[in-house]
Amino acid sequence: MATYELNVNGQRKRVNVDPSTPLLWVLREELKLTGTKYGCGISACGACTVHVAGIATRSCVVPVSLIGNRPIVTIEGIGNDRVGRAVQDAWVEKDVVQCGYCQSGQIMSACALLKANPKPTDANIEESMGGNICRCGTYFRIREAIKSASGQLK
Amino acid sequence: MRATPKVENDMHLNRRSFLRASAAAAGGLVVSLYLDLPTAARERNQVPPAKVYPPDAFVNIRPDGKIVIQVNRLEFGQGIHTGLPRVLADEMDADWTNVIAQLAPAADVYKDPIYGIQLVGGSGSTARSFQQYRELGAKTRAMLVAAAADRWRTTPDQCRTEASVVHGPAGQSATYAELASEAARQPVPTTVRLKNPTEFRLVGKPAKRLDSRPKCDGSLKFGLDLDLPGMKVAVVAHPPVFGGRVKSINDAEARRVEGVLDVFEIPLVRGTGVAIVADKFWPAKQARSRLKVEWDLSGVEAADTAELWSKYRKLGQSPGIVAATQGDPAAIDKIALSNRLVAEYEFPFLAHTPMEPLNTSVRFDGDAAEVWAGSQFQTGDQMAVAEVLGLKPEQVTFHTEMAGGGFGRRAVGDSHVQREAAVIAKRLRGTPIKLVWTREDDVQGGYYRPMHFHRIEVGIGPNGLPVAWRHVIVGQAINADGPFATVAITNGVDVTAVEGVADTNYAIPNFHASIHHPKVNVPVLWWRSVGNSHTAFVMETLIDELATRARMDPFAYRRKLLKPEAKKPLRVLDLLEQASARWRENLPRGHALGVSCHESFGTGVACAVDVSIENKRPRIHRATVAVDCGLAVNPLAVESQFQAGLAFGVSQLMAKGAITLKNGRVEQRNFDGYAPPYIMDAPVAVDVHIVKSVEAPTGCGEPPVPVISPAVVNALARLTGKRYRTLPLVSI
Amino acid sequence: MPSNNSNARALSVILVVCSVWSVLTLAGPARGQMSQKSKAGTATRADGLTAWQQIYSVLTHPRCINCHTATNYPQQGDDRHRHFANVIRGPESKGVAGLNCASCHQQANADSTGVPGGHKWHLAPLSMRWQDVNDQPLSSGAVCRAVTDRSKNHGLNGPGLLKHHEEEPLVLWAWNPGRRPDGTMRTPPPLTHAEFVAATRRWIEAGMPCPQGK
Repeated sequence: MATYELNVNGQRKRVNVDPSTPLLWVLREELKLTGTKYGCGISACGACTVHVAGIATRSCVVPVSLIGNRPIVTIEGIGNDRVGRAVQDAWVEKDVVQCGYCQSGQIMSACALLKANPKPTDANIEESMGGNICRCGTYFRIREAIKSASGQLK
Repeated sequence: MRATPKVENDMHLNRRSFLRASAAAAGGLVVSLYLDLPTAARERNQVPPAKVYPPDAFVNIRPDGKIVIQVNRLEFGQGIHTGLPRVLADEMDADWTNVIAQLAPAADVYKDPIYGIQLVGGSGSTARSFQQYRELGAKTRAMLVAAAADRWRTTPDQCRTEASVVHGPAGQSATYAELASEAARQPVPTTVRLKNPTEFRLVGKPAKRLDSRPKCDGSLKFGLDLDLPGMKVAVVAHPPVFGGRVKSINDAEARRVEGVLDVFEIPLVRGTGVAIVADKFWPAKQARSRLKVEWDLSGVEAADTAELWSKYRKLGQSPGIVAATQGDPAAIDKIALSNRLVAEYEFPFLAHTPMEPLNTSVRFDGDAAEVWAGSQFQTGDQMAVAEVLGLKPEQVTFHTEMAGGGFGRRAVGDSHVQREAAVIAKRLRGTPIKLVWTREDDVQGGYYRPMHFHRIEVGIGPNGLPVAWRHVIVGQAINADGPFATVAITNGVDVTAVEGVADTNYAIPNFHASIHHPKVNVPVLWWRSVGNSHTAFVMETLIDELATRARMDPFAYRRKLLKPEAKKPLRVLDLLEQASARWRENLPRGHALGVSCHESFGTGVACAVDVSIENKRPRIHRATVAVDCGLAVNPLAVESQFQAGLAFGVSQLMAKGAITLKNGRVEQRNFDGYAPPYIMDAPVAVDVHIVKSVEAPTGCGEPPVPVISPAVVNALARLTGKRYRTLPLVSI
Repeated sequence: MPSNNSNARALSVILVVCSVWSVLTLAGPARGQMSQKSKAGTATRADGLTAWQQIYSVLTHPRCINCHTATNYPQQGDDRHRHFANVIRGPESKGVAGLNCASCHQQANADSTGVPGGHKWHLAPLSMRWQDVNDQPLSSGAVCRAVTDRSKNHGLNGPGLLKHHEEEPLVLWAWNPGRRPDGTMRTPPPLTHAEFVAATRRWIEAGMPCPQGK
């Protein structure tokens, strides 16, 4: 066990966990931030996506010992951000979700895309979202929502 | 006036909905909807007894004006959490902006009115609870109006309602919240007037989902997110071959993981396993990876995909148990070989892999228990937990959690996941236990859509239409040895394995379908659209091949061949042809059209796709879908189901979309080896067209799935000249 | 005429230099300057080609070649299949926004989750592809020519290449590739790192010869 000081959604949090513990489980079980989801544990699905130092990061495979002082933003915090808010609003406006379990990850990936490229093409969208699984299959509305959010972020 | 539709005298089972209309005393229309049950009701000429559903179990009007509606279904993406409240709120004339929906716990009153158990399945939530929720809404309204009438010393017919307000004849008004307690004291009416479809304010209009925002901001809790004081997490080491048993355990290293509380053998539905309980998930998982278990695999069949194909192919060469027969079963043998088409199809095991891995939480207190599960089978699961804990079902409080997908995986007759959790909870009495299945557990844990082999011989007549059809299917009976065996299996035929073939809408003379149900040591289960997942692929690709051979276009051919009573397929073909005309007539070079048409769960669907080949994979540029689901309660939800359901259906085409076994062991572990569709695999653009209808609503959960694979493959056939009869599409 | 003494002295100087060089070589990584000075001595073209084959065996080992693709995707595994989850190269060979290499690969291996890591994990640029677009390794000659082409290899000369092989973190990673998700260790290249560096040195001394032919 080791103690880590994490910067999560702008707040300092101290946790005491085994160094090998993936950030995902630290967020979910130590910090009770369950918005970030466990879908596969091998970074194949994207449900666990958070932002670490601004980079979309698959928290299920990153041991907390490798985080350091890089700031972490989760789905619970992304709404404090102009891009995050626009994306969440677009998701609701376009009625994207079905079961919703993958959507935290989808939204975090979409935010990373729009932060880097506010006017993505269809190809950009497909590439950046290409690693997120939605078993319900809401991909069509995900595309629509990203384009809509992009339109809002002039 | 009583009007009963013609009953088809089929030997096999079909699920058509019947409308029985009768006049009500007040001159309005009371409509009762009964889904035709395969055996009992029809054979005994009985109508299922009307059940009484007390409105107060479904509707709670709060003092602040919020109206809380209980949904007697699991919400796992299909939108029922919004849909059924819409129905109730419409008849109730409630202000929709103040409606809150909740998932009801397990209780008698929340059982499916037709099936008599609490469940989600068969794409029937709206179909089977539509009438029920209408009545609940209307009764609630009637009681509110009665209360207002009493208050104002007038009569109910002098009052009208709108947006949670009752208005009296002399300008009086009272909100539902104000009237709630008086209304609760009114007698519940036994009959009630329902709206004419033209009076609907909510039903039939597109509505956004109620659960959207919390699913977008991380606040909505799924079963896996549950956190209770003192809760511990458990994982189970399952045998590598189904039915294996623990021979010995070396848990020294596992116990050394900090946070691990206990390691012990537990009985499973098949065989035995080892439970590990820890403070949190990660130590439990770490401990399991350090656990050394010696397994006893003696006497347990080691299923092997290669061996099964060999066996299935052999079985498929001759007819099995008859599932449907019409005309002369030997007619095919009299047709010249040059006029015969013979085709063999192979379908692999499929896993559901809902995004939220399976989980259940249980706390056992000795004389009572509490369960939290995103279950599609609350009644059965509640009973199973009670059985394990030595309780009566009513001593088990069973909470229905929001679920991250299901596709049938959470509707399991043996309740194996809940049983595992209960066994562990029993040992750690008083401690809430959250049992978690990892994704690996899920991919390797069985309960797959069965493997299937089909062999079809078609005799083609001079006009290019089939004149004889002999169809042999090989595949496990999902319902054998399960709680639905008596309902689903008739004369040895599991209806869920032959649906889509045995009850085909195509008028094929001399039609003979039969099935072999081998027993295989792999647990199997319904996978979204069940039998239609393979039967529609066979039918719609064969029909396409026949149409091509006859030099007829896919619409014309189907029209010629469909039975005239196949109203929904005919309607959707028409609508599809219209709706897709513009792009069909302008396909770019390298693109091809693929068409399919299939009715399942009472809903007719026709699909046209624009496909090209990119990087050796099918690229679905566009899908146009026409749907006849009767009255579309929430057209936005119907559209969503079809847009997304097509993408789900593409699962069957994915290059890594097969579960295979070697020497009893499942070869895939996770999404790296068993890959579902990602965004680029799904249709890029989808437009959905709904036939305008006021017929009884039928489901949209499963109907999208069967049509996409054959449509895509029919398009590929035009591009490559090859016919694709083995799924998944490993190469084109 | 040189005196016997000066000849002897010259010879002894050469002998000393050679032996010093040998000692330094055996002792471990030598400095670029040293190998330049010692180029004159020992390695023939044949030696160099042999050394190159050893280098080639490392470069085309999955731990190396999986990131030296000619396509817009990396490979993974000993069977060099396309990396799962549709990860792609991106304009700077670091992935794309939302799906960067760094989205999963951190600065060190994550053995508890089976994800390899190293400093600034990314794909080698297309100029340093060692496969064709059908994922087939290029010939020994083709890889050699790519590696020695200063317009493709970020301007590295012999000493630069040696340093790259000795010190570059992502190169070193191949010999400390971490655990797979199933807990087993990834297989390292067929030579040890020291052998790889030694072969590189010999090859450089020999003038970095490349095999003839395509």
